[in-house]
Amino acid sequence: MAETTITRDEVAHVAGLAKLAFNDVELDQFTTQLGDILNIFDTLSEVETSDVEPTYSVTENVNHLREDVANNWNQKQDLLNNAPLEAADLIKVPAILNGEGE
Amino acid sequence: MGTGNFETTIGLEVHVEMQTNSKLLSPSPVHYGDEPNTNTNVIDFGYPGVLPVANKGALEYGMRVALALNAKVSPFIRWDRKNYFYPDNPKAYQTTQSQTPIGTNGYLDVTLTDGTVKRIRIKEMHVEEDAGKNTHGSDGYSYVDLNRQGTPLIEIVSEPDIASPDEAYAYLEQLRQVILFTGVSEAKMQEGQMRADVNVSLRPFGSDQYGTKVEMKNINSFNYVRNALIFEEKRQAEVLRSGGIIQQETRRYDEPTKSTILMRVKEGADDYRYFPEPDLAPVVINQEWVAEVAENLPKSADSRRKHYVDELGIEPYDAEVLTQTLAMSDFYDATVAAGADPKRTANYLIGDVNAYMNKNQVELQETRLTPEHLAGMIKLIEDGTISTKQAKQVFEAIMIGEEPETFAKKNGLVQLSDPDLLLGWITEVLDNNPQSIEDFKGGKDRATGYLIGQLMKMSKGQANPGVLNKLLLSELKKR
Repeated sequence: MAETTITRDEVAHVAGLAKLAFNDVELDQFTTQLGDILNIFDTLSEVETSDVEPTYSVTENVNHLREDVANNWNQKQDLLNNAPLEAADLIKVPAILNGEGE
Repeated sequence: MGTGNFETTIGLEVHVEMQTNSKLLSPSPVHYGDEPNTNTNVIDFGYPGVLPVANKGALEYGMRVALALNAKVSPFIRWDRKNYFYPDNPKAYQTTQSQTPIGTNGYLDVTLTDGTVKRIRIKEMHVEEDAGKNTHGSDGYSYVDLNRQGTPLIEIVSEPDIASPDEAYAYLEQLRQVILFTGVSEAKMQEGQMRADVNVSLRPFGSDQYGTKVEMKNINSFNYVRNALIFEEKRQAEVLRSGGIIQQETRRYDEPTKSTILMRVKEGADDYRYFPEPDLAPVVINQEWVAEVAENLPKSADSRRKHYVDELGIEPYDAEVLTQTLAMSDFYDATVAAGADPKRTANYLIGDVNAYMNKNQVELQETRLTPEHLAGMIKLIEDGTISTKQAKQVFEAIMIGEEPETFAKKNGLVQLSDPDLLLGWITEVLDNNPQSIEDFKGGKDRATGYLIGQLMKMSKGQANPGVLNKLLLSELKKR
């Protein structure tokens, strides 16, 4: 069985996507840990699944939908109170650098 | 088309905000221009433990767009999470449909400026949610309003069939009209209800491989799209001609300089770490449901224009004006259905009603005019009850909600066509003006003009000029 490995660079990349910064010790530690986790998937992949439909949802409750009716729960103030900073009913966040985000 | 030895390949991803009542995954109202963060709840804010439920209306609007663009509606859809961090996206993921688009394999036949028709294939359509809105302050902070967050979007992804900036412009304009006539969105550009992501690459003529594409995101004006593409065609051709390579990157269009600016080298799709949305149930769409949606789909602008020209005798240009918006076209249809003459109705809507809307800066729906009132006024003109001159006053009144016949009566705006009444006046005027009768017999035409003037004065301007003229001539001949 081939061992799945994850490289240190990949861990650093994924950490970057999650906006996490790790030092060298942490990076080594997580590279080992994530590698171990991925190895469990290798064990799982020993099971023959080529003719099994993928499971995307565990609920069989399909078409659980809501009619298009608006209902304002009036939670603005509660929500703003929980925001780290607010001003004039807007959520105040550190300036967004050009080019980030979607 | 293209530049020098290169041909241009353009694909467009267009996002259109739906005019649903509520958001895609929460019942918060969808309404533009409200106080910041008023239309938000714990679901929109992405709090843990909330169990969102998808909006059936948004799915049906997605199906409408798929049908209008000749696409196949998918029988089964499920949702995916697209992960990224940005303050306007409080959940840190967007709910979308990456694997099971609501519509696939559609097309739009686009009429180009030279009159030829080009079929642009549409790869797929997704129902997904919009992000909130950031305002960048000059104080080192950004300010976030989440009213828009979660508004349903339909994303329409074209195949790379578009070969020039002008074709891209024509596609966007005609796509907008198709969307308008589904009733799914008013696609107001100034409110950002329709935005395009633009992909463009160049390759040497004859090459069977696409060049590396550059992406420009969220352009909310068709002109900007065209300008950005004109600039990119030139820029990429220069890079390639000088032996350089195009990087896969995201650029931003800058209107003041009409150029594009590098934002970032693009991350791969893997970086969005898509995975199946565990909080939402999958949706099965059967044929009955599709048929039901198809039945409620308003008729397309094309078929309406054809009906106006072929069956109602409207000039093609006027038919074009009447189908600028769904509201105008529906209003026209309702007025004609209420018994008004089709041509006169078209003239009023294109002329006086449009002028009124422009002058008062209102939409048709915001006026108090109803199809019944407009039809009522037109019928009063048609049967001679009021003159077109008197109609001007009636028009002002119906624009503010008055009933035309009641208003005309109340204000003495009635045209007098009763021959007995008119004959009485004619006899009186002729008896008092023997000289005019002599002049008429002597061949002086302006004698009748003088007499008509006298008669109009007598009737306080209310005599029906057509009837009056006819009666006067026959009476003159008897003398």
